Amino acid sequence: MKKFYDLHLQLPLNDSELAERMIEKASWLGYAGVGVPLPYNVSDVTVSKLRQQCTDSGLDLVTRIDLTPKSADELLSQLRRHRRRFEVIAVSCLYKTVARQAAKDRRADLISFPSLDFRSRYFDNAEAELATSALASLEIDMSLLLSASSFERIHLFAHLRRETAIASKFPVPVVISSGARNEFLMRKPQDFAALAYLFDMPSASALRAVSENPLSIVARNRMKLLPSFVAPGIRVVKRGKDC
Amino acid sequence: MRRRYLAVKVDSVQEIEERELKKAIWNSVERLFGEVGASKTGFVLISYDVSKKYAVLRCANTLLEPFRASLASITEINGKPAPIHVLGVSGTLKSLERKFPPT
Repeated sequence: MKKFYDLHLQLPLNDSELAERMIEKASWLGYAGVGVPLPYNVSDVTVSKLRQQCTDSGLDLVTRIDLTPKSADELLSQLRRHRRRFEVIAVSCLYKTVARQAAKDRRADLISFPSLDFRSRYFDNAEAELATSALASLEIDMSLLLSASSFERIHLFAHLRRETAIASKFPVPVVISSGARNEFLMRKPQDFAALAYLFDMPSASALRAVSENPLSIVARNRMKLLPSFVAPGIRVVKRGKDC
Repeated sequence: MRRRYLAVKVDSVQEIEERELKKAIWNSVERLFGEVGASKTGFVLISYDVSKKYAVLRCANTLLEPFRASLASITEINGKPAPIHVLGVSGTLKSLERKFPPT
């Protein structure tokens, strides 16, 4: 059976009641895990409390940070600071230089284009080529699609159609997330996969985008965060004088 | 024409009437696929339990995916926040009611 992950559930940390309802809803909708964006200075107590809430509802909590740098240098310094603290790093690309740097940096897991200003969506062939060699994935937030109206939505469909076609050509893995800020923007993983039909994403790829693709990012990063990890393919198996 | 039956849950804290639900689904299908596309979906509201907010819908087998997308794109019904979640899909009404009973 497939395990579904929603890597972008924007839980309001200051509203514990709504956060709890959203966690319960995610579990009811059939997710195995949720990625929650956290502030960079989040305390360990808050994370462990959130993890406990998720565990009680049968969910796996994935810690995530959303970076929105204004320049490539700022992105590099943020990646250096936060890479070892969070399981998933997503970069919101509002500038072309940031998008290019995020796509070629192996420390960035997800690149997203949250803007509805279509001149700021920089996912083209060059971006995809960089992303495929750095193992970065393209994140599509469905809340953007659900909350857009009329012409905005029509343009968004056209751009998503072009972006997912480029992603499948190179290939860059696509991750479909809810991006939900409240429970009314949350959907079942199969419903998100059905929504991907609207921008011509094949059903099998869409289902992979809510299951295998996010799961592989989480598994890869968790392995890297282990103290025994040295480099891909190299890990410490034994320490001590007798080695 | 082969058909598919869908068990759906209307996720709203407020009461949603059958007429409102039907209208919201037709509007969503029409907005995404136009009048011609909507006519091909073969959508019928078989039953709706207002108290349980549980409905059984029917659509054409070949257009299940776009129909499901139309349901998922509904965020509110008559101004009330009300997403629709598909609980399950089946080829016959009998098996749908057995696998996904109203809760």
